[in-house]
Formats: sequence, C-alpha cells, structure tokens
Amino acid sequence: MELNLLLNAVIAGLLLGGFYAAVTAGISISFGMLDIVNIGHPAFILLGSYIAYVVNVNLGVDPIVVSIIVLPAFYFLGAFIYQIYYVSFEKRGQESLRGLAFFFGVLFVTEVCLLLIFGVDYRSVNATYIGPSLSFAHMEFPLRLLVPCFVSLIMFAALQIFLARTFIGRAVMAVSQDPTALRLMAVDPTRIKRIAFGISIATASMAGAFLIIIQPVIPSVGRDYIGRIFAICVLGGLGSLPGTLIAALLLGVIESITSVFYGPSWAPAVSFGILLLTLAVKPSGLLGR
Amino acid sequence: MRTPVFILLQIAVATALYFILRAADNDYLFFLGYTVLEFIVLATAWNILGGYCGYVNFGSAGFFAIGAYTSVFFYTVGQSLEDLFPENLVGPLQSVFPLPVPVLVVIGGIVAGLVGLGTGYLTLRLRGVFFAIATLALSVVLQTFVLNWSFVGGSRGAYIIPPDKVPIFGPYIQYLFVLMLALVILSLTCARLIERSRLGYGFATIRDDELAAEACGVPTLRLKLIATTLSGALMGMAGAPLPFYIGYVEPGSAFDLSYAVNSIAMPMIGGTTSWAGPMIGAVLLGTLQQIATVTISSAVNLLIVGLLLIGFVIVAPSGIIGLWQGWMRRRKEA
Repeated sequence: MELNLLLNAVIAGLLLGGFYAAVTAGISISFGMLDIVNIGHPAFILLGSYIAYVVNVNLGVDPIVVSIIVLPAFYFLGAFIYQIYYVSFEKRGQESLRGLAFFFGVLFVTEVCLLLIFGVDYRSVNATYIGPSLSFAHMEFPLRLLVPCFVSLIMFAALQIFLARTFIGRAVMAVSQDPTALRLMAVDPTRIKRIAFGISIATASMAGAFLIIIQPVIPSVGRDYIGRIFAICVLGGLGSLPGTLIAALLLGVIESITSVFYGPSWAPAVSFGILLLTLAVKPSGLLGR
Repeated sequence: MRTPVFILLQIAVATALYFILRAADNDYLFFLGYTVLEFIVLATAWNILGGYCGYVNFGSAGFFAIGAYTSVFFYTVGQSLEDLFPENLVGPLQSVFPLPVPVLVVIGGIVAGLVGLGTGYLTLRLRGVFFAIATLALSVVLQTFVLNWSFVGGSRGAYIIPPDKVPIFGPYIQYLFVLMLALVILSLTCARLIERSRLGYGFATIRDDELAAEACGVPTLRLKLIATTLSGALMGMAGAPLPFYIGYVEPGSAFDLSYAVNSIAMPMIGGTTSWAGPMIGAVLLGTLQQIATVTISSAVNLLIVGLLLIGFVIVAPSGIIGLWQGWMRRRKEA
C-alpha cells in the first residue's frame, strides 16, 4: 500500500513536472538566455489563465485552444514590454537594480488589476478531460494533469528545435554572450532580444491555460510560482532547456512526495529550499552554461 | 549639521507632530500616522542594503514578519506560563511577563538581525539578481514555517489583546505611535550616520564595483554583513509592534507582499542615495495610500504603488531627490 502511494505520488509529480517545464520555459529564455530578470513572468501566466477562463466560460472553447489562439497577442505584448525595458533600462545601462524593480512593479500591478476585475474568488474552467483519470495496474493518470503535461512537452520540444536548428534560434542563444559577434553577422541584437522576449511571454499564455486546468486560480497564486520557476531555472542551469526539463520533473516529483507524505502546506517551502540550496552549493545548476 | 543637533531636531519635530495629532483629538489620525511611520522605518532599512550597497532585498516582508511573530511568540509564552514551565519558575516569570512592547521590539530586532546576518553570508556566493531571488525565497520559506507552527497560531492566526489604556499616553495607539516615532528617529539617525562615515563610502564602493573594491582592500564581506544585519534588525523592529497594533496576526497579513513592494517603491520614488529619500517616499506614498484606502478601496491603493514604482524607475531613476537636485542645478546655471 505504502509503495502504491509512493508510485502514484511519483507519477503525479512527473505529470506536474511536465507542467512546470511549460511554466519555466519562458523564464529559461528571458532570464537564462537574455539576462532579463523577468520576475513578473508569473503575472503573465495568470493573465493567460484568466483569458482562458473568460473565453471558456462565455464561449465554451477549450482553454488550450484559446491559449494557442492568443499566442500572437502575447508575443506582441512581450515585444512591447521588451521595447519599454530596452529604452528605459538597457540603453542606459541600468538594467540590474531598476529593471528588477520595474518587473516587480509589473507583477504587482497585473496582480492587482486581475484582483479588481475578478475578485478573490477561485475561478476554474470546464473541459471534458477535467475529472476522469486513466488507471493502469494500480497506477492513476489523472487526465487533468496528463493533457497539460503532454501539450507542454510538445511545446517544449518545438522550442528546443527552434532554438537549436533555426538561425534566429541560434542567434537568441548567442545574443547575451556576444552581441558584437552577432552584429558582425548582420543581425541586430535588439531585434533578436525582442523576438526572444516575445516568445518567452507567449509561452506564458499556454502555461496559464495549463495552470487553470490543473487547479482553480486566484490572482495571488502567481507568487507561489516565482520561487518555483526560478528554482527550476537555476537548478536546471541557466539557458539550458533540457536542464530546465529535468529540473522541472525533479521538482514536481519532490513536491508531490512532500505533499503526499508531509501535507500540502509544506510544498511551497520545497521549491524555495531547493533554490536556496542550489544557489548555495552549485549555482551553475545541473546543465549550466 | 552635527549628529546630536540632527537628533535633537528630529525629537523636536516628533514632539511637535505628537502634540498636533493629540490636539486634533482623533485616534484615527494616530492609526494612520503609525502606518506611515512604520513605512518610513521599513523604507529606510531597505535603503541601507538596497540603496547604499546595491543589494536588492525582495524579502522585506519576511524580516518584518519575523519581528511580528517574535512578539506573538513571547506573548503566547506569557499567556501559557503554567503549562510551559515547572511550578517554582512560574512565580518569578509572572513578574516579567507579559513583556512590554519596547522589550519585544529589541528582541524582534535581534532575531531579525541574526537572520539578516545569515543572508549576509549568502552574498558570498550570490551577487545581484541571485541575491534578490534568494531573499524572496527566504521570505516564502519563513512563511511556510510559520504557517505550520501551531504554537504561534499557524494558518489560523493569533489573537493578541492589547491593554486598553497606558499611563501617561492614554489610549494604547498613542503609546504605539510614540514608540514608532522613536524607531523612525533611530533608523534615520543610523542611515545618516552611515552616509557620512567610512562605512557609507565602503558601501558605495560595493554598489559601484564590488570586485574592484575587494581588490583595493575594502573588507567587502564585513561591510555587507553589517548592512544586512542592520537592515534586517530595523525591519524586525518595525514589525514587532504589529500584533499589538492590529490585534490579530495571520501569516498572510504579516508576510503580505505589499510590505515588500512598498519598502522597494518608497526609496525608489524618494531617491536611494540619501537618508531623506526613503523618508520622503514613505511619507508621500504612505499618506497617498491611506487616503486612497479610505476614499476608493484598498486594492486601488496597491495599484497606485505599483504604477508609481514603474513610472518612477522609467522616468525619474534618481527619484524625487534626483528631480530636485536636477532642478536646482538648472536654476543655478540659468
């Protein structure tokens, strides 16, 4: 029985980890590859959740489909925010302290706006796969976790192929390391960064849809994810998508086991504990650059 | 201005403020004033580390809550002396407990200062952004810990019944107000002393180029430890009277993100390079928020803080002090 419990906790953790990978993908690009500390990323994820919620409740469209439709909008939102960031901070060479404060402000403002519009009630969506689960030899695969995990892995693979195989993708990986070399290749580093930041915000749209499928959402839930995504990003190693995936699965499993055996109220401390530990012991992460 | 003169001046202003509010004969003004003063202490404390050394602390709420929960802890101990200690100890302890609030402030300051010292050692490995994220992480770990610690109320929260009246001061809130005024004087004096001493110059070298400072023989680690300890201790002291102020503490309110946002926004808006900046920011923003809370709603006041923070870091990176200095310079040239 105990073993069964453990097995199911591990499965739930792995599925959760797949979702965490989608949540972290954006930060992995902006923080890991562009050196833009977008601490407000969870706010965009929540924005995605609420958009999926509004469309789902009013028109009955599947939340994941909604998130794919609004991808371009999120991309342009990201590009726009990067433009503000570039003009106000990067150009003046003040990105560290003030840029951080800027994104902290963005996080806070988005959260309060969502709070003013939707209130503090928990919101959830309807979809056929929320509720039932597949059983196989005493193992439970809740579809509510399985579907987001599956779509998230597809998204992750697409991102990895884009970054590793296309010219723009490779330029994104190179941009923070050597902007001058990029210029010599007739590429505008600012444009590359704008594209990359747009993509990183676009992933938040899908992550948001996954989030509201997995759990009901209130505006303040974003804060729990700040620590989680940075923990995964740092543990995986900055700028490494495969590292991010491994770290996300690892964190999902550890969190799931903690909440099954010690109670869910300890789960948030796990990610932050791992973060502190990683930062203190091996800041370069598992597969760091 | 010499430091003793500065302190005397502050005391004069504080006394005047107290008697003006007292003459208005409205306890609500004291409640409002207390919040603004609390933010002056928090903003000044944040600025010692963030403004002078350039290490961003996102975990102000954590340090603040350490102070608050230290008070709750000792209050609860005082309530259940008979259960916790052997009989022969209860008598002598009863003469000490309940501890007066100023003592709790000192204890809260010490505990938060020790945690601050711990975060100071984190800066050995973590520079810039990583430090900021680690402080945020620390705040959440602490919150989870408190949430699961039933002795101080856990997630249910803890009730504290403050005495109704205090000798000399009258209503309890006036007593807390005066206490907070004293803390404001303490923190502003600290900040101003640092600014004008070797310590301040050392902090500035860390902010501008830590590696170069280290190479020139500046004892960066020792300086950073001083900064984190002092900053943490002041935040803890600001938080210690909180349970007596609101009468009921739960983790969500003590660790509220708005404390962290405010303690960053206020120095940024006022100006981070001098002691006056955080004070100006706290007075302006604190008062504005209180007015917005009463006239509009408490969610809107947080929106104002966020928007002002974003606006100021984009448009006026040196804050109000910077705007003022720029204006003075232009006037001189004209």
